[in-house]
Amino acid sequence: MKNKDFLKIANKKFHSRLIVGTGKYKSMSECAKAIKISGAEIVTVAVRRVNIVDKNKPILMDYIDPKKITYLPNTAGCFTSDEALRTLRLAREIGGWKLVKLEVLGDKKNLFPDMIETLKSTEILTKEGFSVMVYCNDDPLMAKRLENVGASAIMPLAAPIGSGLGIQNKLNIKIIRMQTKLPLIIDAGIGSASDASMAMEIGCDGVLINTAIAKAKNPYLMADAMKLAVNSGRKSYLSGRIKKNIFGSASSPKKGLI
Amino acid sequence: MKFKNKIKININGKKLTFNKNDSLFKLIKKLKIPINKVAIELNKKIIDKKKVNKIKLKSNDKIEIVHFIGGG
Repeated sequence: MKNKDFLKIANKKFHSRLIVGTGKYKSMSECAKAIKISGAEIVTVAVRRVNIVDKNKPILMDYIDPKKITYLPNTAGCFTSDEALRTLRLAREIGGWKLVKLEVLGDKKNLFPDMIETLKSTEILTKEGFSVMVYCNDDPLMAKRLENVGASAIMPLAAPIGSGLGIQNKLNIKIIRMQTKLPLIIDAGIGSASDASMAMEIGCDGVLINTAIAKAKNPYLMADAMKLAVNSGRKSYLSGRIKKNIFGSASSPKKGLI
Repeated sequence: MKFKNKIKININGKKLTFNKNDSLFKLIKKLKIPINKVAIELNKKIIDKKKVNKIKLKSNDKIEIVHFIGGG
């Protein structure tokens, strides 16, 4: 039986609902193996200067084939709209990447997004033909504004980037889910498999994870755990869970009781 | 004059001495940079990679060559 449950972003279909970051791994081969195990079809990548001194430094593209895995260039480290726009225009030039992850930070300590700069950038990038997946706060009003200016996916944080704290404001994520038909992807703050499952159970379309896999003692095992967690959370969401009840309801029939 | 035909350019934050009137393509080749895996900016303007052989470098040109690395 073919799986008909797709994640659709900017008219592209993906089987996997787990997006994986490629940073913080011990080596590129470790990163490539973890991605393979995770089953991710989209990976985030950063845009940085080529090392012109050490020409033998390994190149990401030699380990993760962009023809097989969709590269999602990010703007990590950008604190203004201008920096983010410059970065993504360069990313597009590398090889035609139009599907991008916008992330404009406002605070170096907690890495929260600057939503004013983010909103401004989303509007400009969309007009330039980019499909913009936007890292944002878990603020339903801002999410709506991003949608209004043409975002391709809303990606609220669960908690600060790399914190591993899990979803801090479930209610807001649920409200965003109720108000938008755009892909809703939890980006940042996932720590363990149960966090990923919870995101999927409350109706998110996907989860983006980097640190939780890359910095686990065993990244391969965690990559597999996250894959299973996203799948089980999705199935749980689709199955239509039972109503919560404060009283017990016996599972065994009373009839025939001795 | 020993350095008459030399210019100083800035590439990825590093100063480099290069031949006057040489093309950007020659520089990329010299640095062994895989052109299909990078994007190039010359004085803050993105360069069409198909035209690198037509671009002659001038003194104090600022070049940025970027590629994808691991990130979240």
